[in-house]
Amino acid sequence: MKATRRRFLPLLSIALLGTATLWWGSDGFTAFTAEAARRQSVLAEPRPLPMVGLEDQDGRRFTLGDYAGRLLAIEFIYTQCNSICYSLGTTFRQLHDSVPTAALGRDLALLSISFDPQHDGPEQLREYGQRFGADGANWRIARPLAAAELPALLAAFGVVAIPDRLGGFEHNAAIHLVGRDNRLRQISDIDAAAPFVAAIREQL
Amino acid sequence: MKQPRRSGRHALGAGAAYLLLTLPPVRHWLEASMASHMLVQMPLLVALGMVAVRLLPAGRRRRLRNGFGGPLACLTAATFASAYWMLPRALDAAIGEPLAEFAKFVSLPLLVGLPLALAWESFGLIGRGFVWTNLISMQVFLGWLYVAAPLRVCNNYLVDDQLRVGWLLITLAGLLFAGWLGALFRGAPASRTEAPMYKTA
Repeated sequence: MKATRRRFLPLLSIALLGTATLWWGSDGFTAFTAEAARRQSVLAEPRPLPMVGLEDQDGRRFTLGDYAGRLLAIEFIYTQCNSICYSLGTTFRQLHDSVPTAALGRDLALLSISFDPQHDGPEQLREYGQRFGADGANWRIARPLAAAELPALLAAFGVVAIPDRLGGFEHNAAIHLVGRDNRLRQISDIDAAAPFVAAIREQL
Repeated sequence: MKQPRRSGRHALGAGAAYLLLTLPPVRHWLEASMASHMLVQMPLLVALGMVAVRLLPAGRRRRLRNGFGGPLACLTAATFASAYWMLPRALDAAIGEPLAEFAKFVSLPLLVGLPLALAWESFGLIGRGFVWTNLISMQVFLGWLYVAAPLRVCNNYLVDDQLRVGWLLITLAGLLFAGWLGALFRGAPASRTEAPMYKTA
């Protein structure tokens, strides 16, 4: 009896501790990937964003703080991308077309940010915008002014872009919703424009 | 009388190998691809924990095993610790977060390799077979998951890297299975140390 307890108790505590660790490490068995984790994390706790200096397709300088008071939809891109960014651009276009026209600009703006500022100058950004029908005002295409500030910006959003051996990047593409308080509030799949629009409409 | 000196040299070798793995250039090199991260660096860390056990005298090993709570508790600890490092987000975290990287370098030898080796030597053929079959089926499952997953599970690795790891895992499982089967048919236990059919003590 005593021997059984001596064997059983450590086993039980290890199993409990192990389960607790896995529970903790997967947010209660709901997020097994870093991508799922960042999406849940911003839903539970909207994240403040760094006021990194940005430059748009016309060379105008601004920060995310300039959008305070409005909702802001953000996608991260690089203009040479022709695979996943194509769907991203199309999704953004859909987004642009499905919100009430009156709300555009006043209540909601769209922003595409390039994580390849070395290659993507205003000219490339402008060309990207034209390709997807961005108007350059309510939907701007931008890049960080200083490449050194890019890592902080990407880290705040949880975006990881890695070179793909073909001269391009692979990145966790998604659409990001920043609230009126300048906090990152929601991250959605690029093929989930409809629920994203619904979330925006709720907040208009 | 020669034994302690030789194990001392082995301990030195194991320590040197561990230090080598922690060096930033080596670390970055092995973590640059998902395949070398998961199938070289992490198994090496586990293996170093197992080597450490073999360098201990039998009495110390027994005390350590009892400290864990017996062979089954050892196996449970190793199972949970390795399951944690199979979470794709743990792999991602180990690259970007120093604390997670530290946890990986400590837990893989101490909470996977060490208890596994402690449990292993007191398991009979059936216990060892149980561990082998679970290891192999888990590899096939994980490999299949990586091959069939419609999305990238790690933000830090390319999707074709993930595909390669999937096939490597399946191949590795096949090889392990063949090796294990071969050992069974030769009538030798799957390890060089003699394993009793049933545990007597």
